[in-house]
Amino acid sequence: MALSSNFWIWIAAILTLAIYSFLYKDNPFYKFAEYLLVGISIGYGISVYWHNTIITKVFNPLVYDKNFLVLIPLLLGLLMFSRFFKNVAYLSRIPIAFVVGAGTGLSVPSSFEFLFKQVYATMPTKLDIGIIIIVIGVISTLIYFFFSLEHKGFVGRVSRVGITFIMVAFGAAFGYTIMARVSLFIGRIQFLLSDWLGIIK
Amino acid sequence: MRFINFINKLDKRWIYLVLALCIIIPFLFPIGFPMKTTAPVKSIYDFIEDSIPEGGVVLIGADYDPSTMAELHPMAKVIATHALSNNLRVLFVTLYPQGAGMAQDVIENVLREWNNSNPDNQKELGKDITLLAYVPGVSAVVLKMGEDIIETFNEDGYGNKLSDLEVMKEIKNYNDIDLMVELAGSAVVLTWLIYANGRYGLNVGIGTTAVSAAEYYSYLQSKQAIGMLGGLKGAAEYENLLSKKGVYWGRKDATVGMDAQSSAHIFFIILIVLGNIAYFVSKKQKGGR
Amino acid sequence: MFIRRTLPLLVSAIFGVALIFQFFIPHPASKSFYNMMLDWLIIVSAFTYLIAVQSTVELHITKIKRKVEGWQYSIIVLVSLFVTALLGIFGGAFMPTTLWMKIFHNVKPTDTTPLMYTYLYMQMPMQSTIFSLLAFYMASAAFRSFRARSFDATLLLITAGIVTIGRVPLGEFIYKGLPDVVEWILKYPNMAAQRGILIGVQLGIIATSIKIILGIERKYLGGGK
Repeated sequence: MALSSNFWIWIAAILTLAIYSFLYKDNPFYKFAEYLLVGISIGYGISVYWHNTIITKVFNPLVYDKNFLVLIPLLLGLLMFSRFFKNVAYLSRIPIAFVVGAGTGLSVPSSFEFLFKQVYATMPTKLDIGIIIIVIGVISTLIYFFFSLEHKGFVGRVSRVGITFIMVAFGAAFGYTIMARVSLFIGRIQFLLSDWLGIIK
Repeated sequence: MRFINFINKLDKRWIYLVLALCIIIPFLFPIGFPMKTTAPVKSIYDFIEDSIPEGGVVLIGADYDPSTMAELHPMAKVIATHALSNNLRVLFVTLYPQGAGMAQDVIENVLREWNNSNPDNQKELGKDITLLAYVPGVSAVVLKMGEDIIETFNEDGYGNKLSDLEVMKEIKNYNDIDLMVELAGSAVVLTWLIYANGRYGLNVGIGTTAVSAAEYYSYLQSKQAIGMLGGLKGAAEYENLLSKKGVYWGRKDATVGMDAQSSAHIFFIILIVLGNIAYFVSKKQKGGR
Repeated sequence: MFIRRTLPLLVSAIFGVALIFQFFIPHPASKSFYNMMLDWLIIVSAFTYLIAVQSTVELHITKIKRKVEGWQYSIIVLVSLFVTALLGIFGGAFMPTTLWMKIFHNVKPTDTTPLMYTYLYMQMPMQSTIFSLLAFYMASAAFRSFRARSFDATLLLITAGIVTIGRVPLGEFIYKGLPDVVEWILKYPNMAAQRGILIGVQLGIIATSIKIILGIERKYLGGGK
């Protein structure tokens, strides 16, 4: 293994280092990379939209398959652009209302179903220490987040138990978050040491 | 109390430097601690190994972008490689444009590594593996796939008609998909569980970032998900399972990172302990006065 | 007035209610309505992204016009955006277009597209590096802010410590049973609290959904008359 001779790997390495330079202090190299990223990622998004969505889902069905049913949602979608013309801007609310309304209608029954599955899984089918912990934890956490009741007396004591469970959960999530952040850095070091410098395999 | 002063005034850039060293040094002098396979990882592995007949279909959801690729990219590689090694077909799907590029990169790498190592069992794009075109609509896409996958996308990510592709043979909807492994670090996992698993009964496994892993244990216990790879460690465990089976040839991206992960975690613990010592000592001083 | 306010609310109520009912009606006609709705949603959603692009472009053009501090960087955004989009549209997303192969005769269909070069060697390293900076910020926060100030905070820190060490191979090396301890914490106390939160959030989502369909929640339509 040796130092990379690939032009593109060098570009990637230089951009990586430009961003790490921010750890020392803010500087124009970092700024340049940051803004370049914004531009490139939107440009990439447009390209994928163009080939995968506009061509595949609108142009080809309309031009080659003569599927004119596409026209209705197409017109509805085009209405969104009305927001750029002040006097007809309100027309863009119709497609938005359609997306939000239909999306909500689709989600309500399935969300209920999902909720029931979670509740069902909390029902004790046999008695062991694990399921007891789960039942107590779920109920006390729910009570902690139930602000319509004043957290006093019995309710106060139960919500106190709820906080204890929540702290354990946040602790676990926090420990895992450390792991996640470190992993991201490991990924970059691997690239620099292996693909670019060729120090490790 | 020079120590306390030192801690309170320490320039954070020294911490950055030590953290960087904690990660770089283990790469140069690897130890390679052995590791156990956790149950949620093993259940995804076992499902692909034992419960899917030859020619079956694994759908991989690449719903992540470069920001979390360090954790999720190795997962995509191992799941795809494992499926190919059992002569299963692999479909990549994504609900976000950024995910398409991720999937494309995985497909290219996995095919290259597979074909270099298996000259007598070559795998082909469009025949054994493909990327479904990116289509917007998130939950609408997930639901539509439950009705008709070909109608949802029309084409693959490369502009070929799906109905012409061998990889899509006899695939109509979720009934013809044996397993879906959703790789994401965001709430989109829930979209797949609510709609694909809830409404259509698709078997879903999760591959997620360590940030979300603790949260998703709810879905494992309720059996809405069959298993989970959590963070780089989950990917590393899977890499080891594949190595044992003798079907992994590429660089073990997740496994080689584990030493660095261990040393960095120790460093974090030391930081928290030092910070707390400083806190309690100065609190005592204030109280004593 | 009708088109501005009432019509959008009607549209969302009608489609919302219709799709809820559809869920309970297994008739083929209901099925084909459902399929048509999904198709429409997919195509209409395609335009939302273009709207987002438009606003970003407008923002940076305004910055340049008004010479806001750092406006030079906005030029970088616009130039890189247009160059990438042009390369992508003419060169192909994941496979070179026929046009591109006509212009450059040595390009094969299996070659990497120019768009993928910008993605793999520019976007990918930059985006993943920016997010990896979080490791450093977290280290500095671990040192400065994570204090065992109370019983709750101590409990959080202890759990975090056990999970942090128990999830890496070194922890297993120190004490063989540690991964099982971590798995137990995740499976029981952690899971219970996570589920409590999840149920609460889901109830909130369902309540908001119903408010949207009934026209009580209207923020999504934006301000104005």
